[in-house]
Amino acid sequence: MKRWGRDYGGTLAGFASMFLLWHVAAVYVVGSALFPPPAAVIVRAGALLRDGTLLTNTAVSLQRILTGFLAGSLLGIPIGLAMGSFAPVRRVLDPYTEFLRFIPAVAMITVAVIWFGIGETSKLFLIIYATVFVVVLNTAAGVASIARNKIRAAQSLGASRLQIFRHVALPATVPHILTGMRLAMTNSFVTIVAAELVAANNGLGKMLWDARLYMLVNDIFVALLTLGLLGFVIDRIFRWCIFMFAGRYSPVV
Amino acid sequence: MALVVLKGVTKAFRSRQGGEHIAVRDFDLELQPGELFCLLGTSGCGKTTVLNMVAGFEAPTAGVIELEGRAIAGPGRDRGVVFQGDDSLYEWLTALENVEFGLRLRGVPRRERHERARHYLDLVGLRGQEHKHPSELSGGMKQRIQIARVLANEPKMLLMDEPFGALDAQNRAVMQEELVKIWQATRKSVLFITHDIDEAVTLATRIGVMYAGPASRLKAVVEVNLGGARNRTDDRFLGYYKTVYAMIREEVEASLARQARGET
Repeated sequence: MKRWGRDYGGTLAGFASMFLLWHVAAVYVVGSALFPPPAAVIVRAGALLRDGTLLTNTAVSLQRILTGFLAGSLLGIPIGLAMGSFAPVRRVLDPYTEFLRFIPAVAMITVAVIWFGIGETSKLFLIIYATVFVVVLNTAAGVASIARNKIRAAQSLGASRLQIFRHVALPATVPHILTGMRLAMTNSFVTIVAAELVAANNGLGKMLWDARLYMLVNDIFVALLTLGLLGFVIDRIFRWCIFMFAGRYSPVV
Repeated sequence: MALVVLKGVTKAFRSRQGGEHIAVRDFDLELQPGELFCLLGTSGCGKTTVLNMVAGFEAPTAGVIELEGRAIAGPGRDRGVVFQGDDSLYEWLTALENVEFGLRLRGVPRRERHERARHYLDLVGLRGQEHKHPSELSGGMKQRIQIARVLANEPKMLLMDEPFGALDAQNRAVMQEELVKIWQATRKSVLFITHDIDEAVTLATRIGVMYAGPASRLKAVVEVNLGGARNRTDDRFLGYYKTVYAMIREEVEASLARQARGET
């Protein structure tokens, strides 16, 4: 109970102070219809929840993020492992990662829309793009940072190259892979909103854009609030997964 | 027949400046089955290089290294290595899983490998700790896991690279005693690297003293006839200590003089 209080009490107090600050800023400092206080936003969120708009748009965005994120991770992990394990692979693929990671996914929206239209394919492409390089880089760095003595010990115990990969390199890299995926998740959020702002028929980004068009400031804030909450919850779930997976021995969290 | 033979072994490394650093040159040594051989030398004398070559981690630039008459081509499970630090342990595995690692690689059935791992955990005094992860154990306990992991794999010999170097004095003394007991119980040949004269006289059946690096080789081999349990305050112990101390002292002075002249 005491531990629970320390772990969650602080988080709760942090959120409470954030809403309080928001309220003070909106009501007493700005005092404009263009900056609604939390109460008004929450009331509006209730209305949007009841008519289904908020839920639908959230579900659509979330589905895009998760699909692309998983596909990007599944693609990135083996590439990163190969790059970290084999120097020739690293040398050949380095230009790809070092070049493409400086072209933000947001910039790729332009070609994604031209190539794939405004449907799901372009979103999937963008999220995969946003995910894959972070996962590749973290995975490869993880493999490269394995202590040499871990590999030497395995060799002296009679491990083959394949066994070293499976029983040493892979488990030693798991925390790095998960960290990369966590960072990629943040990228996915940024990218999906931008993509939906520019070209989409639904989703939280589209909701933001429509609200701006009709000057529905409360709706804008509902979408922003939802994004923040969604990201927070997903990151917490992720941290929990990392903890369950690697927390016993790894200080990643 | 000697277990391990090193004949005219030279190891040169290329330095970052493009020059050549010769760690050992024309190094000769024969290790007999069942002996506990301490290779003693000042820091940087190349003693770890010798161990790494016997382990097969590094290949000699010239010369021959043989195990039971066959040239060493790389690392193998006939030579178990205990490293100085704890970074060779697998922190995602428990103590037991670390110890049975080699057996698992060979597909030894679960029950049998548990049994054998437990046996060696008991031998190194880790009974009751088998389900802890290395991060939950002290430095001395982690070295015990390393020793158990190597023993459980049943190698022909043990290569130990300053395994107690990072421990505090009390723990080191305890571990030295334990090692002697384990060595007496298993009669495995041990090549033990150290820079600590006291440790060498405490453990060894023979001590090989190396010249200060670079281009080092064996300066002398001292046979230690003190039997099993040794007493640091015993006159004969002190006698060996003094003999070896004088040899090492010369090397330290030689190395300092060389540094003063600007050589390395």
